Formats: sequence, structure tokens, C-alpha cells
Amino acid sequence: MSANGELGSRTVRETIPIPPEVYREMGLNDEEYRRVVAVLGRHPTYTELGMYAVMWSEHCGYKFSRPILKLFRKYREAIEGSGLENAGLIDIGGGFGIAMKMESHNHPSAVEPFQGAATGVGGILRDIFTMGARPIACLNSLRFGNLDDPRNRYLFEHVVGGIAFYGNCVGVPTVGGEVYFDDCYSGNPLVNVLSVGLVRLDEVAFARACGPGNPVMLVGSRTGRDGIHGATFASVELGPDSESRRPNVQIGDPFTEKCLIEATLEALKTGYIVGIQDMGAAGITCSTCETAAKAGTGMRIDVRKVPLREKSMTPYEIMLSESQERMLAIVQKGHENDVARIFTKWGLNASIIGEVTDDGLVHVYDGDELVAQVPAKSLAEEAPTYELDTEEPDYLRRVQDYDLSHIHEPDDYNEVLLKLLGSPTIASKEWVYEQYDHMVQTNTVVLPGSDAAVVRIRGTKKAIAITTDCNGRYCYLDPYLGAQIAVAEAARNLACCGAKPMAVTDCLNFGNPEKPEVFWQFRKCVEGMAEACEFFEAPVVSGNVSFYNETPDAVIYPTPVVGMLGLIEDVEKRCTSEFKREGEIIALICGWSTNDESRCDLNSLGGSEYLKIVHGLAVGKPPALLMEKEKRVHRAVLKAIDELLLSSAHDCSEGGLATALAEGCIMGDVGAKISLIANCGPAAALFAETQSRVVVSLPIEKLSRLREIAEEEQVQITVLGKTGGDKLEIKVNDEPVISVKIKDLSEAWRGSIPSAMEK
Amino acid sequence: MKFGVIQFPGSNCDQDAYFAVRDILQQPVDYVWHQESNLSKYDCLILPGGFSYGDYLRTGAIARFSPVMSAVQEFADRGGLVIGICNGFQILCEAHLLPGALLPNNTLRFRCKYLHVRVENDSSSFTHLCHRGQVLRIPIAHHSGCYYCEPDVLKELENKDRILLRYCDRDGNVTEESNPNGSISNIAGVLNEHGNVAGMMPHPERAVESLLGSEDGVIILRSIVERIS
Repeated sequence: MSANGELGSRTVRETIPIPPEVYREMGLNDEEYRRVVAVLGRHPTYTELGMYAVMWSEHCGYKFSRPILKLFRKYREAIEGSGLENAGLIDIGGGFGIAMKMESHNHPSAVEPFQGAATGVGGILRDIFTMGARPIACLNSLRFGNLDDPRNRYLFEHVVGGIAFYGNCVGVPTVGGEVYFDDCYSGNPLVNVLSVGLVRLDEVAFARACGPGNPVMLVGSRTGRDGIHGATFASVELGPDSESRRPNVQIGDPFTEKCLIEATLEALKTGYIVGIQDMGAAGITCSTCETAAKAGTGMRIDVRKVPLREKSMTPYEIMLSESQERMLAIVQKGHENDVARIFTKWGLNASIIGEVTDDGLVHVYDGDELVAQVPAKSLAEEAPTYELDTEEPDYLRRVQDYDLSHIHEPDDYNEVLLKLLGSPTIASKEWVYEQYDHMVQTNTVVLPGSDAAVVRIRGTKKAIAITTDCNGRYCYLDPYLGAQIAVAEAARNLACCGAKPMAVTDCLNFGNPEKPEVFWQFRKCVEGMAEACEFFEAPVVSGNVSFYNETPDAVIYPTPVVGMLGLIEDVEKRCTSEFKREGEIIALICGWSTNDESRCDLNSLGGSEYLKIVHGLAVGKPPALLMEKEKRVHRAVLKAIDELLLSSAHDCSEGGLATALAEGCIMGDVGAKISLIANCGPAAALFAETQSRVVVSLPIEKLSRLREIAEEEQVQITVLGKTGGDKLEIKVNDEPVISVKIKDLSEAWRGSIPSAMEK
Repeated sequence: MKFGVIQFPGSNCDQDAYFAVRDILQQPVDYVWHQESNLSKYDCLILPGGFSYGDYLRTGAIARFSPVMSAVQEFADRGGLVIGICNGFQILCEAHLLPGALLPNNTLRFRCKYLHVRVENDSSSFTHLCHRGQVLRIPIAHHSGCYYCEPDVLKELENKDRILLRYCDRDGNVTEESNPNGSISNIAGVLNEHGNVAGMMPHPERAVESLLGSEDGVIILRSIVERIS
């Protein structure tokens, strides 16, 4: 724009066809290029080409996943209705809402783990506070290869370090999450970060560029050359040349983010911001076209008004930069200074780079020269979608039909239990969460290490509980069932804290979707998850898809991570997983009845950590799940917690019943004497990962009421034994099989990860 | 009496300190922006935890040059009570309002956990409601909490009863295992010469409700209130 505000050129200079190798390098195929030409009615400029390439990538445009994601009810309703917001919003009553979203940063973390993970945290926080919500907690769901490999140790150390570096500085507590280790993630780590924020429902901010004539303001950091085409990088497989992609990884500045959080929330309070969107993937391109598309408006910006780190940046680079800690704010005309003043106070840039128009087009100027003129909707909402082929993978029958009859009982059950407790997937994650500030904001009322994190809502009696869950091995063995179990386990973890499920955010991590077997896994997982989320009344409200998680050597297990939010109406009625004191009853609340065949036999060891750790096998079918039975267990546990009957509640998951009991003992520093009756061998009784089971402890005088509740909810209560002593002792059918000092259990469980990392 | 909680860009325990004073102590409290120069209406200043200026360069090294710091210096010179918690402690050391320095933890990692500290001085304005040897359960959360000072300074601190808190085990034994960061002589908190400026790495403002796991931090905060009124 020239000095008097009039535009320079009004049409894009004459353009010439782009050579195929150029647009293919950017990630567009021939058909997609033809489509760009058809939309524009001419060949694109170089800047426009870059904008389409990045917005139509799988990472931004969901071109492969969108047709399948419509299985999620709320997603379908949103894209058919008012459009998607940056994060899902859940009404928790009392005028408050929770914004929640999970996102992956797998590819950047594979090549630059520290900054990759750090900027993952930064990105998800911006998704939350751009809605006017103050971030109140973060969780992360991580997957790494075997820690015997130094490269995996390096990735683990630096991913955790990056999360700590960023999360601790911004003052948002990292309250929980999960870490799994398996060879399939070797060199292909998964870094999924979840954040939740609190907002008054009448103060929610939207990502809409309303009101033609309103100025468009860029706030936060300067724009540099970092992260250009990060979204395109995330949409291809990792390979030997991935190291050269390191410049695609952004660099995080958590101090600026902290100031940006405070400044944004303060500025939103003025009421002068009519729309706001964070900048993540595809930077200015994405935020301008999405906010305009959502409001049905257009936008005119001048890249020369963008504060730059390097003056020589081209329009192409400015439009595609993924520099962190930036937001696009649409401000009420006449109040530019009121808003800018707040950002300046926090030491941040606030520059007007353009204005909202009414023509539905995004015009990008480089001074006087028009370098891009594209329909906002064509970028933001009209990415081509594909119905990809699916094909059941060959391996599936082989692993599911694996004959487990040759699996003999072990010689020494104590040794097996210690080995399982020391398996990094099961072992204590203290080494991880001690590096995270999990208490800042002083609302964390259940600290990391329990089944779910619990964060109170200050000024109310309420608290929220949050968990992330997904057993990738189950999903590999049966994607549909595995995804359902992820949802069921998340809801069970919440129930064990006393929280009722409210909503789910997901992070769907898969290999290359263009391979029919991978896309089959993806579709099956989404089908299973969608059905289970509806059943447990926790609809998917936001999420993220990460494909191409494979290297030439390995493709990851299908890993659809479930992040679930639950509500506790009275924070005093919460529960944790460790045994509390000597002399209490230990009981199992179980959804299966004694006649259910699936309850306990050799096959119930399918997919277990036991088979993996002791026999090196990832075979069998995952444990059976009947959602109705599962839900009854949740109801019974919730009712018992509500009536203050329980001292502890802990779900049975990886490592089975014996592991759940051992964890209750270790964390509570108290022993237990247990007697199990089983119609199967001790190995299955101890280590099978049978679903729909919760270990509880309670004073004996409360047992009769618990039995009544069990009857009302039609679940089984089995008294397993009592707390006390300094050992965990377990008999199966009156045969003593386990007897280990709590101190030794604790050493195996607590010492495993630190000693692996000191190698 | 009135508390002021100083906000530097990057402070992130400012709200926690503010809520602890307002809701638990039920005392008047203001946020004080780092560019403020008039502190005359306050009786006690809290320099909260966090990452002022991102901890870039060195913890507290930039914040000590904030405009408010010369006013804090004058406030302390006049005998006003100043308490620096975590990053606040680091800033007070950088500003030479307290002796010594806080180095990166000997583990070279950030550590956040509940631990125990033993009260070494039970007559200071910050600890007089405790008794000597009392064990408090209060969390830490820091990357640079390894207290160091020259041997002659250490001797002076010991002789003049200026060591407030030491890391210990749950029974009050000051041991190497209970030292979370490599601090010299297990020091977790110190006083200035006149006893009106205190710094500590543990976060008393995080241990103010049983809901949060401990109320032991209240004893420290309430000591301040009682001393002033």
C-alpha cells in the first residue's frame, strides 16, 4: 500500500507456468497444481504456490484424514456448521468453560528433539489462550524406542528437556501424561502435547476476521526464516535425509510466550479485539486465510509491515515462516492504540499489517507490488480430499492367531514381577515429571504418578481430571478394539480419581496413509474410538492427525492417543491410587462375572507387557472389552468415591493385577497379603491385562456398603486381601507365588529409568 | 499492613504468592509492576518465583536492573521486609541484597518435588513462629538452586545465625541424600545482615492448603504478618 493508503497494483503481474519439479518439491501433485490454476484462473505466483502447498498439505488441510474424521460427531457437526475453532470448548458449569486440545510434534522432535518438543508445547498453549482461556495444565504423551539404543536415550533426554525448558518457563504446570517404550518408535518418537485452559464462557474469543475496515495486527515475536515449510515436512516420511530438514524446525522462546499469554489475555479483556488466531503451522498464510474464511471476509496485508529478523526476507519466506510466539489480532477500528499499548507494555511488537476487506480474497502486497491474490476459502476450506484405499494388513491374522499354548508358566514369579516393574513402560516416571514444574499456579491437587492428574478450579468446589492413554501394541494387534480400549482406559482412570468423563481430544499417530494397510489401521482406529467416545459420553471435541511416522526401517504401531477430561463436582471427593494405611481391605471391582470365559485364560495374556518383556512377543488378541460392563465398573467406582467409601482406587492396565497391586504398595509404602482364586495358571491370573477391573482399598466397615453398590451396578466385588507388613505376598489358589519386600519392588520400579539413562 | 508482589516480565509464581497472601493470610496485597519506583505503601515485598526475563544470560541477572530494584534496595535499607522465593532469591543475590549465588543444580536438571527443610533460625521475622529444628515439608521447583558462597561468608552466616533453612530428611537429619541440588552446607534459605531480607529456594506459597499436600508454608508467611503487626 502506498502512503495515502491506496493500493499499488490491483492485479497480479503476468504469471508463467511453474515447472512440475518445483511444485512437486513443495508437496503438490500434478492434479493439485491443475486445481490451483483452475481456482485462480491463471498460473500462481511463487508466493501463492507456497501458500497452497502448505495449506493443502495433510498437516494443515487434512486431505487424507478429513473424510474419516467425519466419524467423530462433533467434528462432522463443526465442519458442516459453524467451522472448527482452535481448540474444543467444554462447559463445566458455573459459567466456566475448559478449552482443550492435543497436538503432535513428532517430526521436528525426531530431528531436533529439544526444540521440537519445546515448540510443541508453545504451539498447543497458543491454541488455548487464543480462545481467551488461561492455560492451567499441560500433559504429554510420549513414545520412544528401546533405551538400550543411545540414539533413543538422546531423544528421550532432550524431548523431556525441551518440554521442561518451555513448560516450566511459561508457568503452566505439566501435570501428567504417559511414556511408552517400544522398538517400533525407534528413531520415530511420538511427542504429543495436550493443554487445557480455563475461560469464562461469556469471554470466549474467536478466530474470525469480522468487520471490513478493521485493522489486522501482528503481535509477538519478529518473523524470521525459521520453520519455513515445517507443515510440508510433517507430511512426508522420515528418511536418511531428514537431518537436512533441521532448518525446518522452529526455535522456541518461552519467555516471549509467557509475556504473550499475559498480554493477549489482558488485551482481550479490553473488548477491542474482534478476532484472534495463533500462528503455528503455515504462519501468516494460515492465520490470514483461516480467519477471513471463517468470517466470510477477505484481507489485505503488506509483508513489508511485518517486523522481520532479517530485512532481506522475500514475501514467500514471510508468508511461510513458522516463527514462534506470534498471533494475528483483528482489532476494532479506532482502538489500535489501546490494544498495541498492552503488547508494548509486555515488551512485544504490535504492528498493523493490513485490514479486513469484504471481497473474500487474501491480497498480499510487497510494498506496492501485489504478490498474491487468492480466495481465502480456497486455501482454508477447499483443500482437496482423497478417499484412500484400505486393505487389511497381512500380519494381522498371523499375530492374532498365534498359538499361545506353548507359553509355559515361569519358574520364578517374583523375578517376573520385578522385571515387569522395571520395564520402562511400567516403571515410575518420576525421572520425567520431576523435571517438570507440576505445581505452579497452585491448583494441582493430585500430583503426577496417580491414574489421572487433578487440577482444582480456583474459587469453586470443582476440579478437573485429565489423562492420556493409548496402548499402541493393542492397536497394532486389533486397531478397532485397541482404540476402544484406549477410550475405556481413559474413562477408567478418570473414574479412579472420582471424575466423570466430559470430553476427548485425540492425537492420531500413524504411518504413511498412502499405504492401504496403514490407512486401514487408521480407519479402524477412528471407527473404534468414535463409537467408544459416544458410548462413554465423552465426545471428541478437538484433535490432530500425524501421518508419515515411519522410517525406512520401521513403521510405528497405530497410536491413537486419547486425552480425556473429566469433572469432579466436589474436589474434596477425589481419590488417588496408592494404598493409604495398614489393616485395610483390598478388593477388586470387576465388570466380568465369574462365568465370563474371557475373564481369565492363557489367551487373556494376548498383547500383554508380560508376553513382550518375558517372551519378546507382540502377539495375540488384545484383552476383550465389553463397553457396557466397563461402564458399570466406572459407575460403581464413582459412586463409592462419592460416598467416601474408598481409601484408594487404581485401574489394572499394563502388567496386570500384580502390577496394579505392587504400585499401590510402592506408592503407599505399605505391604499387602493377597489371595487370588483363578481358573487359570498363575501367570495369567497375575499378569493378564484383563479390562474393566479396578483395585480398591477401604476400611472393613465400609465393605458392606460397597457390596450393595456392586449389586446395584451389577459388577463383581472380590476381596483380595489386606494391606500391612513390608512385603507384597500373593497366593494363587492357595499356592504362594509372590513374596517380595516393598523396598525391592520400589527399587525395581523407581530405579529403572534413572539407571537406563545413566548408561 | 500491606504486601506487594513484584511482577517482572517472566515471573510466574506472582499469582500464587498473591493468592496465598489474599486468601490464606487474608491480608491486603497488590501486584507491583517492575517499573514502579514508589514502594512506600508496602510493609513487605515478595519477589516471586519464575523465569524473569526468561532467565536468559543467568538467573536474575537481568531482573536486578529492573527499575523497581533500586526502590527495593531503598526499601530494604529503611528496614522493610523483603522475601525472595526461588527466582526472587536469585534476583536478590544478583542485586547483592543477599550474599552468595545460586548455581545450576548439581543434577544439571530442573527438579520439582516436595521435600523437607529444617528451621535453623527461629527468631527471624520470617521464621519466628517455628521452633528451631522444626521440619517443614515444602516443595522446590528450580534449575539453579545450588547455593554457593565463599568459605568466610559461610562462616559469617553460621556465626551470625543467618542460615534460615537447610535441606534435611523427614526426621530432620541434614544429609547428602536430602540435598536436592548440591547447595553448600545444605542451605535452602538465608538472611541478610540486618535480618530484614530473606531468600529461599523452597516455595512456601505452594504449601498453604492441605488440598495442595502441605500447609507448612503458612508458618513462614504468618511469621511475617505477626512481626509487622
